[in-house]
Amino acid sequence: MTDFEPKIVGFLCNWCSYAGADLAGVSRFQYPPNLRVIRVMCSGRVHPAHIMEAFKNGADGVLVAGCHPPNDCHYISGNLKAQRRVALLKMLMAQLGLDPERLRLEWISAAEGDKFARVIREMVSNLKELGPSPLHDSEAVIAGDD
Amino acid sequence: MEKLKFGFYWAASCGGCEIAVLDLDEKILDVLEIAEVVFWPVAMDIKYKDVEAMPDGHMDVCFFNGAVRTEEQEYMAKLMRRKAKTLIAFGSCAHTGGIPGLANVADAKEIFERAYLKSPSTVNPSNVVPEVKVEMKEGTLTLPEFYDTVKALDQVVDVDYYVPGCPPPTGLINEAIQAIAEGRLPPKGSVLAPLKSVCDECPRVREEKKITEIRRIIDFEPDPEKCLLDQGIVCMGPATRGGCEARCLNANMACTGCGGPCPEAIEQGSAMISALSTVLGLAAEREEGFDPDGLMQQLKDPIGTFYKYGLPKAIINRRVIEK
Repeated sequence: MTDFEPKIVGFLCNWCSYAGADLAGVSRFQYPPNLRVIRVMCSGRVHPAHIMEAFKNGADGVLVAGCHPPNDCHYISGNLKAQRRVALLKMLMAQLGLDPERLRLEWISAAEGDKFARVIREMVSNLKELGPSPLHDSEAVIAGDD
Repeated sequence: MEKLKFGFYWAASCGGCEIAVLDLDEKILDVLEIAEVVFWPVAMDIKYKDVEAMPDGHMDVCFFNGAVRTEEQEYMAKLMRRKAKTLIAFGSCAHTGGIPGLANVADAKEIFERAYLKSPSTVNPSNVVPEVKVEMKEGTLTLPEFYDTVKALDQVVDVDYYVPGCPPPTGLINEAIQAIAEGRLPPKGSVLAPLKSVCDECPRVREEKKITEIRRIIDFEPDPEKCLLDQGIVCMGPATRGGCEARCLNANMACTGCGGPCPEAIEQGSAMISALSTVLGLAAEREEGFDPDGLMQQLKDPIGTFYKYGLPKAIINRRVIEK
């Protein structure tokens, strides 16, 4: 599966991780172009349904990135809520037959452009090993459901 | 005035919804004042061919309970849709898939293996498993196909209204029948239940929620006056549509979510995952190297907790079938 290019949806928080991605750009750190970025105000704003919807619509992996605990979160505890949601969702994904490794939570500050680039490189290489999401050609997600 | 023609049918369900109709007690006589029942296999002697012979749109209202998981149920759902002017998904199974919908964590083959071969109480020395077609010397015997995936009624046919609940509470049934009789049904696609969550109807005292562990009803005796979620029991009340007058909470049991999602909620299970994640936390969470998985692993069965009645209507509505 060498020609498989995974699609990754990344929810990046406005205050840290999006700025971290920006820094990776202006610093010209190289990382693969597999990420589709969605800027959200806080990682705690990412609803579990957003993540499930991303997988349903063909994402091979989902990244949720926010400010470092304990005290970097602009909204005090949004990152901790994201952490708990992702932990629960990973358990749910395992029951649904989706590899929990497809969902990744990372703390990336505005000063960590290099970390952002590294995380994306790691995710892409992990997902290439895992292969395409099994939801691509599964009968899960019944038509006429929306 | 000519009486309305009612039909009742059951698909993948336990029969509780049929009993719920009888829970109307003496009010059922009022129902029979305004309506006659033309099809109700559980209570009257009538065959499929009698329904097939009815003209299309013959029934005014069909109350359809149960999810759809076999070829026969799918056929009957489509038949009822044709024969009824108004089709009502009656009860959790028809509304969101219900308990039978939990079978979406397995497939038909696994279910047959468990039920006919492996379960400890099964005695099946010649390993007989149901088949769609069997050739006998007298001819071919057939059975309806058993599908891999359980579906809610509106994933198979167009549904006009929903009455939620497992089974629907008599208050909601009465209200629905009154609305039909008086011709004041809301827009098509409405759920015939109040707009607010179970918490709105719950008499328990709520405080600011901050819980540090998940407990189960078998672990301790909960305080009957206090909110169960405040006491660490996962109660689906916040993510579940009311109309039941919090009947489980009044019996000191946590809500398990049979009322389906609240209006405008994207999905019931993820709404509860989101809600639980905002109140469940530890002081140690802010420390380096904290393991959130350990905190959440107190919860034994996420699908069984958050999607007990709603897996077929979830965003990802079954376990992935690898091709």
